[in-house]
Amino acid sequence: MNNLISRAKELLESKTVNVVIGYEAGPTGLARPAFITDSAKADKLIYDERCVQNLAVYLTKAEVKNFGKMAIVARLPVMRSIMMLISEQQVIGDNLIILGISEDNSLLDIASISVMQGYIDKCDLGNPSKDREILAELNKMTPEEKFSWWQNQFSKCIKCYACRQACPMCYCIRCTVEVNQPQWIPVQANAHGNTEWHILRAMHLAGRCISCGECGRACPVGIPCHLLTMQLADQVWNYFHVHAGTSDKMNSVLSTYEPNDKESFII
Amino acid sequence: MSDFEPKVVAFVCNWCTYAGADLTGTSRLKYASNVKIIRFPCTGRIDFMLLLKAFANGADGIIVSGCHPNDCHYTSGNFHAKRRWIMFKELMDFMGIDMNRVTFSWVSAAEGAKWAEVVNETVTRIREMGPYVSYKELVNKTIEEEVKNE
Ligand code: SF4
Ligand code: SF4
Ligand code: SF4
Ligand code: FES
Repeated sequence: MNNLISRAKELLESKTVNVVIGYEAGPTGLARPAFITDSAKADKLIYDERCVQNLAVYLTKAEVKNFGKMAIVARLPVMRSIMMLISEQQVIGDNLIILGISEDNSLLDIASISVMQGYIDKCDLGNPSKDREILAELNKMTPEEKFSWWQNQFSKCIKCYACRQACPMCYCIRCTVEVNQPQWIPVQANAHGNTEWHILRAMHLAGRCISCGECGRACPVGIPCHLLTMQLADQVWNYFHVHAGTSDKMNSVLSTYEPNDKESFII
Repeated sequence: MSDFEPKVVAFVCNWCTYAGADLTGTSRLKYASNVKIIRFPCTGRIDFMLLLKAFANGADGIIVSGCHPNDCHYTSGNFHAKRRWIMFKELMDFMGIDMNRVTFSWVSAAEGAKWAEVVNETVTRIREMGPYVSYKELVNKTIEEEVKNE
């Protein structure tokens, strides 16, 4: 932690960056995002198991982009999000200094995007183990059971779109769910609208989801919507042998193809 | 269920399957008339949301068809579509939405007979499966709620 604070101070004092994006403790003790622009305030930075939010979501916001050069506290999911955002030309890698944090909470020396790539390559890129277990349980169900399990979940959805707002890859200025000519998704939070909203969101994140789990954590009514995108992340690996967010130069799975992609259902 | 006539919507590309279906007609091959064909420039243009719209509007079954691999008029639209359908099918399976109601096929402009087979096979399968009740229920529940709120 001290390493992180002194590194943040150094970067701000030398004007290498204009802001350090990290975490601080809020009034109730929960971690919340912090945007530190003054080196005297860098002492507020914390780094522990409370700090789970995926901070990469801020990198595409105009207010944040205006800072120009910035540093960001990044564990693996944030690093993978950054890779994805650079490859989709949403973020300029040269503007970023990565304050990498390892599995065991120590500061990593990540001097460049290619060093970050090397670090990511050495990590386990599958879904988090607790989600893997739930996915395995769900995958054992019959189609009818799956349908009613998900319908039960979706029935709680209030269409607040927090799941979208929390996801670094949902940066569209005009989300399809808000398009009304044509009206793709029924506006009301009802069985039909909720189902189609979740299908749409999951499809838009197929091959782009980096399995951070933020969408599920953000949901105020506890719908595990991250399981939908994580299931697809597994399938992307099964079919195409790709993990999203592992390079700053790759195309996402659905915006590219291999002529010999295998499937067995097209007659 | 014996008098149930399935409604089938076919999303096809202009350059292969639509021309193939035309050939079926000009060859005077008779096939099930349950199918409504919607023509697209390319399978790459067939958004997954369109399938959901078809189900929401009363379709019991769907056919998605275009040019064989390497024959797409725009070179790669069907390869992109293939990846999209792989993912879509996995997502639907995971949500318990029945993908046996959707037929995916490649039908070229020369395959008029294959088009008739694809349609007939789909209509027979959907006739056995019956109307798509569970998706219609989703939509009906919505309509009921709206009426209640008025
Ligand atoms: S759900 Fe789709 S359209 Fe909406 S913000 Fe996410 S990626 Fe964009
Ligand atoms: S887990 Fe959720 S928030 Fe994280 S990348 Fe995937 S869809 Fe986005
Ligand atoms: S955050 Fe939860 S309640 Fe809000 S739209 Fe997403 S799934 Fe629905
Ligand atoms: S034009 Fe037929 S699939 Fe692209």
